[in-house]
Amino acid sequence: MAATVDARGLSCPQPVIMTLDEIKKGSDNEMIVLVDTDTSKENVVRAAESQGCRITDVASEGEGYRIALTKG
Amino acid sequence: MQGENIFATRWGIIGVGALIGILAPLLQKLGNPGNMGICVACFERDIAGAVGLHRAAVVQYLRPEIIGFVLGSMAAAYLFKEFRPRVGSAPIVRFILGAFAMIGALVFLGCPWRAVLRLAGGDGNAILGLLGLTFGIWIGTLFLKKGYNLGRTQVTHATVGWMLPLFMVGMFALLLMFPQVPEQAKSGVLFYSLKGPGAMHAPLLLSLVVGLGIGFLAQRSRFCTMGAIRDTVLFGQTHLLSGFIALTVVAFLTNLLLGQFKAGFAGQPVAHTMHIWNFAGMALAGLAFALAGGCPGRQLFLAGEGDGDAAVFVMGMIVGAGFAHNFGLASSPKGVGPHGIAAVVVGLLVCLFIGFTMRGKSA
Repeated sequence: MAATVDARGLSCPQPVIMTLDEIKKGSDNEMIVLVDTDTSKENVVRAAESQGCRITDVASEGEGYRIALTKG
Repeated sequence: MQGENIFATRWGIIGVGALIGILAPLLQKLGNPGNMGICVACFERDIAGAVGLHRAAVVQYLRPEIIGFVLGSMAAAYLFKEFRPRVGSAPIVRFILGAFAMIGALVFLGCPWRAVLRLAGGDGNAILGLLGLTFGIWIGTLFLKKGYNLGRTQVTHATVGWMLPLFMVGMFALLLMFPQVPEQAKSGVLFYSLKGPGAMHAPLLLSLVVGLGIGFLAQRSRFCTMGAIRDTVLFGQTHLLSGFIALTVVAFLTNLLLGQFKAGFAGQPVAHTMHIWNFAGMALAGLAFALAGGCPGRQLFLAGEGDGDAAVFVMGMIVGAGFAHNFGLASSPKGVGPHGIAAVVVGLLVCLFIGFTMRGKSA
């Protein structure tokens, strides 16, 4: 079961801070990030990629997006 | 119209910044005040004056650029299916932050947009403002690292997201119903400046069209001047910064071409030379923007895409402008207002209180 960061309803830069925290601290290699705006989706993807992570999937889910990533 | 958003790429944000860097000096050439082709804080202050929330005679004009920013962003959000009505993330805190952001900006005499436009026009005082802005945002990032947050929004009725855009439509209707009459300080319910920066403006429709265009592109690119500095300090992420720098460099070049560049500290348009208060005013504004999650332009664009909390911040700024001029907090070219210094101190204390106390679990 991949770690899940639920950043829905949070505005910039919280989703990125939470994602980066999980990338640094979390033990799982796989991560799911839930966001609810396109801006958050773009920011999380950009930040994760800058940390060497690979985005494996971005899917619409409910009112937002479900971003799956693998740590590099 | 979904898929890859080219405006969210590095070249996208640089292109949008560069375009604003051309349009703002052009608006100045066409009539807007000096080094104030676009200034979100100043223009919202002028709107507050136009509807009589303050009665500073030299800064009253219902600026169409602001109306355009919100409606242009709304058009982009609907066209690209990004209109998401949401609200409920500490609205009253955002209102207070908006009011103090405005007060800080009016002690400096400009928002971050105008700070770089002033720099691009040769105004050395802008350097102090930008240093202060960066300092204030840096304080904000310390709070963010400690877990500061405004809490989650909730999905809501579309009507909630339409409120600020509809308010702007109403303002535009007033502008058409009560157009400026030469040599008259009032037309219907609206106040108009006869002299000073409020009397200087580009043609109405042109201002509106430029505002709509920038609003549209800024929504797509997420252009944010506070975010530019915050992301660099907080994450070493220079994406937004490249747009902010593009704006500055292109505005500088455009000013050179238009003969609007004049280097110096003294005698700059709508500016004063009290370095400490240029710094401190923008430090307050920067901290308030950082705690509220966006520069004044970005708050307008967010409000256009349905963010009711950003709309509350905007209303806070407009009301803050009323306080700033009614209480003698705003600066003038002569220097800070009689109570400007006290207001900066109070504002910083309020922001620190918010930063220290809104931490942790509500996220």
